[in-house]
Parts: sequence; C-alpha cells; structure tokens
Amino acid sequence: MRRIEDGGREDGAYEDGGRLIGRSVPRREDPRLLTGRGRFVDDITLPGTLHAQFVRSTVAHGEVTAIDLDGVRAVPGVVAAYTADDLGLGDITAQLARPVEEFVPTAMPVLARDRVRYVGEPVAIVVARDAYAAEDGVEAARVGYAVHPPVTDEAAALADGAPLLHAEAARNTLVDVRLFATEGIDEVFAAADRVVRVEARTGRQNALPLETRGVLAHWDDREEQLVLHTCSQVPHQVRTVASRCLGLVERAVRVVVPDMGGGFGLKCVVGREELAAAAAALRLRRPVKWIEDRKDALSASFLAREQHYDVRAAFDAAGRILALDADVVCDMGAYSCYPFTAGIEPLMAAAEMPGVYKVPAYRVRGRAVATNKAPTAPYRGVSRPQYVMVVERLFERAARELDLDPVEIRRRNLITDFPYTGVNGITYDPGSYRESLDLCERTLRAEGWYERQRAARAAGRHLGIGYSCFSERTGYGSAAFAQRKMAVVPGFDLSEVRMDPSGAVTVTTGTMSHGQSHETTMAQIVAERLGLELDRVRLHQGDTDRVAYGWGTFASRSIAVGGSAVRLAAGRLGEKLRAIAAARWEVPVEETVLGRGEVVRRGAPGTALDYRELAEVAYLRVDLLPKDIEPGLTATAAFDVFNDGTFSNATHGVVVELHADTGRVEILRYVCVEDCGVAINPQVVEGQCRGGIAQGIAGALFEQVTYDAQGEPSATSFMDYRVPTAHEIPDVAIHHLQTPCAFTETGAKGAGEGGTIGAPAAVLNAVNDALRPTGVELDDIPITPETVHRALHRRHYQESAR
Amino acid sequence: MKPAPFRYHRARDVHGTTRLLAELGEDAKVLAGGQSLVAMMNFRLARPDHLVDIGGLRELDHLTTGADGALHLGALTTHHTVETAPDALLGPGFAVLRRAMGWIGHLPIRTRGTVGGSLAHADATAEWCLLAVTLGAEIVVSGPGGQRRVPAGEFFLGPYTSALEPDELLTEVVFPRPAPHAALTEFAARKGDFALVSAVVDLDVEGGRVRGGRVGLGGVAPVPVRVPAAEAVLADGGSFADCAAAAAAAADPPDDAGGSAAYRRQLVRALVERACVQADGATEQKGAGAR
Repeated sequence: MRRIEDGGREDGAYEDGGRLIGRSVPRREDPRLLTGRGRFVDDITLPGTLHAQFVRSTVAHGEVTAIDLDGVRAVPGVVAAYTADDLGLGDITAQLARPVEEFVPTAMPVLARDRVRYVGEPVAIVVARDAYAAEDGVEAARVGYAVHPPVTDEAAALADGAPLLHAEAARNTLVDVRLFATEGIDEVFAAADRVVRVEARTGRQNALPLETRGVLAHWDDREEQLVLHTCSQVPHQVRTVASRCLGLVERAVRVVVPDMGGGFGLKCVVGREELAAAAAALRLRRPVKWIEDRKDALSASFLAREQHYDVRAAFDAAGRILALDADVVCDMGAYSCYPFTAGIEPLMAAAEMPGVYKVPAYRVRGRAVATNKAPTAPYRGVSRPQYVMVVERLFERAARELDLDPVEIRRRNLITDFPYTGVNGITYDPGSYRESLDLCERTLRAEGWYERQRAARAAGRHLGIGYSCFSERTGYGSAAFAQRKMAVVPGFDLSEVRMDPSGAVTVTTGTMSHGQSHETTMAQIVAERLGLELDRVRLHQGDTDRVAYGWGTFASRSIAVGGSAVRLAAGRLGEKLRAIAAARWEVPVEETVLGRGEVVRRGAPGTALDYRELAEVAYLRVDLLPKDIEPGLTATAAFDVFNDGTFSNATHGVVVELHADTGRVEILRYVCVEDCGVAINPQVVEGQCRGGIAQGIAGALFEQVTYDAQGEPSATSFMDYRVPTAHEIPDVAIHHLQTPCAFTETGAKGAGEGGTIGAPAAVLNAVNDALRPTGVELDDIPITPETVHRALHRRHYQESAR
Repeated sequence: MKPAPFRYHRARDVHGTTRLLAELGEDAKVLAGGQSLVAMMNFRLARPDHLVDIGGLRELDHLTTGADGALHLGALTTHHTVETAPDALLGPGFAVLRRAMGWIGHLPIRTRGTVGGSLAHADATAEWCLLAVTLGAEIVVSGPGGQRRVPAGEFFLGPYTSALEPDELLTEVVFPRPAPHAALTEFAARKGDFALVSAVVDLDVEGGRVRGGRVGLGGVAPVPVRVPAAEAVLADGGSFADCAAAAAAAADPPDDAGGSAAYRRQLVRALVERACVQADGATEQKGAGAR
C-alpha cells in the first residue's frame, strides 16, 4: 500500500506530487552541449557537400535590368549559379483570411526576379566546392539595377505619392485594421479629468540567435526524399512551404532539425535561402550547404520591433483609466513573412494592448507598412515589449500629472478578479497581477532602494526606480489563432509515447526546442506521469519523419500545449499498461494503479508487475494478451486550447543610476517577480527570464538597426550592432509566484517571452524617474548615453547651440 | 565572410621578413595576432595577395626594462602578457600600461592581439596608439636597409595609416621613461568596444605637487593627439577641471551617427578630468615605490 500512497491516484494514474515536476533537475542537453559534442547544422557534412552563398542586392529599391552569372561560373571551384528564372520556383505568399481593405497579400519570391526591395535581398545562388570559392563566385556576379527611390521609414511609406514597394499595396500599407472602438469613447475622453498622451518609437532589432540560419539539403535516392537539415523552430511548416515551392508532395520532403543555437522567432518563419539551397541540391543531385554568415544575419535576415505609437489615455481624478485610444504603425520591411504575415506585429499590439489593466473603453488602429528594409519576423514577445512600454509610460505620466504614486496608480487599475473579460474581447485566466507588483515593490523597499534614491538625489546623483506590469498570452490554441484570421491556423500539438520491450520510453513532440530544454522538461512530464526514472525517457523532436505533425515552438506554446499533449499521451500509455496488468491478474482495470515503474494491484500489497514485464507481454508474449488488447505499447494524444489561451504575468522592478559625466545608464538592481503557473523546471524558467530580460535591456539601451537615406543598413558587424555583453547585463533576482493554469494538463503556462516583454518598460520608467528633477521625459528606445547626457545637461546644450 | 584568395608565407626571421616584404611590395600584409586584419579580410575590406605570418618570430615577443630605465616591448607581445606582467617585469613606473590593457577588447582578443599589430594597424582610438603618443614612445622598425626609430608623435599619419613603409616591419616599441603618475580612461557604449573618446594623462609630480604633464586624446581626430592647451593648464598649476575644460575646448571631434561633436567634447572633459584624478591617485597608491 505504501507504493500506492506514494504514487497512484484514485483514477489509477500516477501522481507523486512533484518528484520531477517543479524540480530543477539538471538539463539533459548540457553534457553534450557543454563539452562540444552538440550537433548543429554546420556540424553535419555529407560526402560531396557543396557550399552555397548568395548574390545579394546592393540597392534598396529597384528593377533588376540584367543578371550576368557567366563570370561567376568561370571562378575556380564554382559548380553552379542560378537565378530565379533558372530555378523557376513558386513564391512564398503568406495569407490572412481578411478583406483586402485590411490585408494585402504580397508574394515573396525565393530569389528576386525583376524587382529588389532591400539591400541584401537574394538575387542569385552560387554553389561551389567550398565556402571560399562560393564567395569568390558571388563577387564575380554582375547585376544591373534601375534604381528607384527607397522608402526608409514609416512616415515616408505612408506619404502622398510615396514610391510603392508592391503595386497592389496602396500607400505601402499591408495591414490596416481598426478594432473595438467602444461606443461613446470620444465622449469619455472629452469628459475625463485627465488625458495623457505618449508618442513613442522603438528601434528595429535583430533577434540574433547565436547560431545563424542554415541548411544542408540533399536528395535521398533510396527514400525518394529531399532531406533538409536545417535550424528551424517550425520543421513541419518548412516542409509544407518547401514541398509547395519545389512541387513535391509533403512525404517527399523530410525536415530534420538538429541542435539549435537559438531562434527567438526569427527561425519560426520560412526563409528564402533554405529553399534556394534545396532547389540547387535537387538540380545538382548533390548535398548543398548554406550557412548564413554574420554579416548577412545582421543585415539581410529577418528583423523586428520598429514601431511608432501615438496613444492617448483618459483617467479620472483618482487615477482610474477610462479609455485608451491607440494608433500603431509597424515598419515591417519589404515582405510579409510566412506563415504569420506582416500582420504579426500590428495585430498583436491591437488585440492585446489593454493588457493587465481594467480598461473600460478602447479603440485602436493597427497598420503594417512596407519599407525598403530587410523583412520582419516574430521576435520574442512580438509587439508586447513595445505596447507594454507605451501603456506603462501612460500610467507613469498620469501618475505624475495626478500627483499619484506610480505603483499606487497601477494597483488601482490592475485586473484582480478572474476570469476577466476585457474590452478587447479576451478572457484572462487567473493570474497574480496585483501580488506580483506588491512583492516586487516590497522587495525593492526592503532592500533600501528608496532611501538610497533619496540620499543620492540629495547629493545631486541621478537614481531612478521603475516598474512594469504585464501579462503574456501563452498557449495559443487554434481558437486564438483563428481569431487572428490566419489562413493556416496553428494551435494544437501531437505526441506519441512508445514503450519498447525493455520498458524504456520514447516520446515525440511537435514542438521544437531551440534552447528551451525540452529534452529535460518534456521528459520530466512523462517520467512523472508514468512513475519512471528520468533516464528511461527520451524525447524526439524536429524530424518530420519521426514526428507525425506539429506546429513547432513559438509564442511560448511548447510546455503549455506540447507539454499537455505529451502528458495526455503518457497517461494513455499508462492506461494500456494497467489494462495489460489487469488482464494478467484477471481483475477489472479499476483494481490497478500505476506505481513507480510498475503497475500495482490495489488492495494486494506486494503484488505488482513492472513495466518491463508488461512490455515483454505486449511485444514478445502477445499470446498472453486478451483479444481486445492490441499488441505493442504506443499511445498518441492531441492537445488544443479552445479558449483565449493562458496568461503568464510578471512585474519587473529596476533601479538605475545615470552617470552625469558620460550619460551612461547603469542598472544597479533588477528584480523580476514572475508567475508562469506550474514551473516544470524552475531553473529553466529562470533561464528564460534572464535571457529575455537581457534581450529587453538590449532593446531599451543598446541595439538598433538603422538605415541611411539610400536604404543602406548601418550594422553589418557586432561593432555596429551593439549587443550587450555580460558586462552590461546585471544579475537578475527572480521571485516565483504560482497560479496554476486550469486547462493545461500540468498547470503550466508558457514562460518563453516574459523577460523581454517587461524589460524595456521597466528600464525606461527607471530612467525617467532618475531624470525627474530635470523635467525631461524620454519615450523612445533605445536610449543612448548621448540622449541621457543631453537630458541631464539640457541648458548646456541649449547654450552651446546658440 | 571568407577572405579572398591569398598566398601564405611563414616568416623565419626579421631580416628575411623585410626582404620578402620588399619583394612583395604593396600587395603584402604582415599577420601578427590577426585580431583586426583577419576580420577585415573576412569582410574582404582588406584583400592582400600575400600574408606574411610573423607569429613564429619569438625574438619579437619580449618585455624588458633597459639599463636606461626605458621599457622595451617586442612587437609580438600580447596585450594579455602586459596585463598579467609581474612587477619585476613591469615596475610601478609602467603600471599605467598594465592597467590600460583592460580597456582593449575582451580577454580572447587580448590573448591573441599584439602590441606591434595594434600600433601598425594605427586605429585612431586604439589604446596602444594613444599611450605611445602621449607617453612619448619610440617605434622601432626594421627594413631591408636596417633599423630606424620613429617617435610615436610622427608615426601615425591618418586613420589606419602610419609611417611604416611596405618593406618595413615594426619590431619594438620603447617607452623611454617611467610614467608613475599616468592613467588611461575611455568611454564606449559597451565594455570592450572601440572608444568613442579615450584619454591618457601623464602627470609630472614633484614633491607631491603636479608641475605639469601630458594630455592625449583618442577618437577626436584621425590620429591620437596631444592637447597642448590642456597641458599648459597643468604646467601653470591649474586645476584638473580647468585642464579638462581646456581639452574640451581645444578638441574638434567628429560629428556623426556615433555621437555629436558637442557630446564628444563633453566626453573629453569628463574623461580628461577622470584620467587626471586617476593619474594623481596613482601617485598616492604607489607612493615612494614610484619615485
């Protein structure tokens, strides 16, 4: 009986209350990754592998008048060079099921044909015996352009008579939605005690996975399959697009994703270069490898986050928000990405902006405009780092104007009763919005930062304290994506759990770890469910021939959706194990429960069949199985979310000091109070928080991709693209709260993006708090040292300008 | 980001190297630690036809104090060697060099990058170039015709341009006298970046009082420069703040996307004052040992 109390539940399922779930077990990926035995795309080589690079547009906007690759083909070592016409591939066209007034579909060719729309756009592929000869070949290409005037910012894109990137998209507008428009909202603004406004710009960023994009493509004659080893967050979506572009059935394409060095959203869209390399491999019947170099990764890959906000908020005298009216324009660059489209940023911002606050009236216009810049993809947080920053600025400004404490004004507006259905039609499941803010503030107060700030101010130093409160929708199911009117609707996930004759378990997931530790966390879920030791469970992911189907990893969906499918499948396997044991004992299945690695007979202490014995029966002694039990030990499950998803939440608190002599912003303290429901592995969650916060600080203080008037990108190396290093990123204190999700199988919510969502707002608010004695307020990011220096020494600069 | 084709030569000795350089002419580049050159070749911004690798010339890897009190640094001495040199090798008189190394890139760069490579590369914001100019170093170069010594103040001609002839090899830099009251400081958006502005101050201290000194700036001109106006303030017994203000007033920094001229001038002021204070502090720290 002890065993049963230790594990089995009334329904016979195994549950031992956190033996594995909730434990920071060491990452199973680490031994190989930390000793250099990981296997990334570039580590894979096949006999006869050729290397590809791309001839890229040197102009931001123009007609391609001529492409001469004869010189390329004459370069020693070059094996082939192809233009779009040579390959004759289909375009990549992302669709939304919205009327053309709201969304204009545009085609992204795999290689530019007659038109180029950004510097770095691929025009031709060069395939050579090594990576050096490939670049020699690229240099020998001659491409003629009839240059058009480039469109390099969102205002220019929307201007009367602006040059058009896509003839079908008037005013370069790819997405234009007006949503919600609560009745009477103008009257609310007219009657409000206080209306505050924030106009803000956020810098264009690169998600910048340490591992750049890449592919090794080859035709497998034996399987009659094109095999793509590639680093993608969405293997099955790559398969779909590859099969369509190349005219193959999906079975004839196998996508295999090995270890990945990050993705952050940039690798959850389907890239052009991978397809061109695949097409070259098909033609040449030789393996073709393309590894994106850092220069191309910085300038010609997918970018994100360049947005302009003009937002007003109405407040009553007590600081309660009455209405929110927003105009959001996102500079999406030259093309819509597949499958999310150029709607990814404006639709996210428009749908979610009210966030954690009780906003009674809301109106928003969200637009995506095309410009002559590298296109955009989702990047960790997608628009939430930006609109959270703007909304948090609105509350800070209102607090200032109403002479309220900035924490208190938030308290008065946070959602506290759940489930809460907002003005945006979204129903928020329970979270700890108020509790996380209280704990974050309490922590900074207890550490004495408020006293230190007072003392510093008295001494003429510039210390500031800033907060941000936010939620993060995770576990988007098909219902939530259908709401967005995507033409393909992601959401569900599949899992298959298989026990072999020795009792060891293999589990598949349609999600794709690119650093999230799924081999550890998914195994924790399965091992806990079946009462197994962790090392008896192996995860398979990322191989479209091994995994039936999946939507990959993005939008913090893996643990919430994929983890639920995995747990359901494990549970079903457990039921089959119980059925076999019940048959062996000739008792009803209700008389059995799962124990630690065995099925236990209820009420018969000491009577148990371990999984190996049962597995032997299922495979090797099927003569012992009753007729109604099929041989083998496999179980599958699908999981989907049929509501608005589940919301993780957090509060970030930051203390900064501004250095008066140089303008440097020094982060003295960073506190994150997060709630992602049940944390399967708290250390993994903390890793997500810290990495996300680093990327958020990067957006607030360091990184920006800029373009000159000709559309030439400024950043082609890490000298210009200022990724913060360990020197610039502070240690982060993390506190966990836990509000379990009611409808995921483990109670977990997603945890992938919160860090990056909260950081820009908290840092910007802290900087503004430090600047308070100067009267200057900053609303744009990134904040440079010069910007801070000018704010601190406004009079000096004004006088020297005279 | 793969270099254009080049022919690789491995040098055996200094004389042979200069002969080879004379033979190869303008199409050759000398490879030392490769921390700038290889990156530029990978971007194909530099595309030498010939690469002459002097990495094997161990005679150029030395750090010694001469009988005259001068410090001799072989061209292949790495930044990391200087950074970790014991007092016996790098006495208090040259501790400024050791302290300055932390500003150069990151540890992996410092373990490969060399003093000679940095000087020959002649980046206007490079720490070694600024130290050499401000501390009055001499740069020793060997050519087919023999050796010559070029004062650092005459060595740097413009961005990435020096007085080194195509057939010459930079073999050594000599810091002629101790600088016990000197400091380098700089400002960059990130630690390890090339400085937006950098400053070196080398104070003459007698009897515990500042009698004068040298002030050098990086990042404000195509080459590292001394600032006579700021040095005059020190010689006249002016305050560090006045010295810094004079340096800011005299500087004519560039105005570009990296920062406005007005901001850079403010950085000059901040950094010169900070360097003065640190240089003065070095006096107190090292006390008698420095004199």
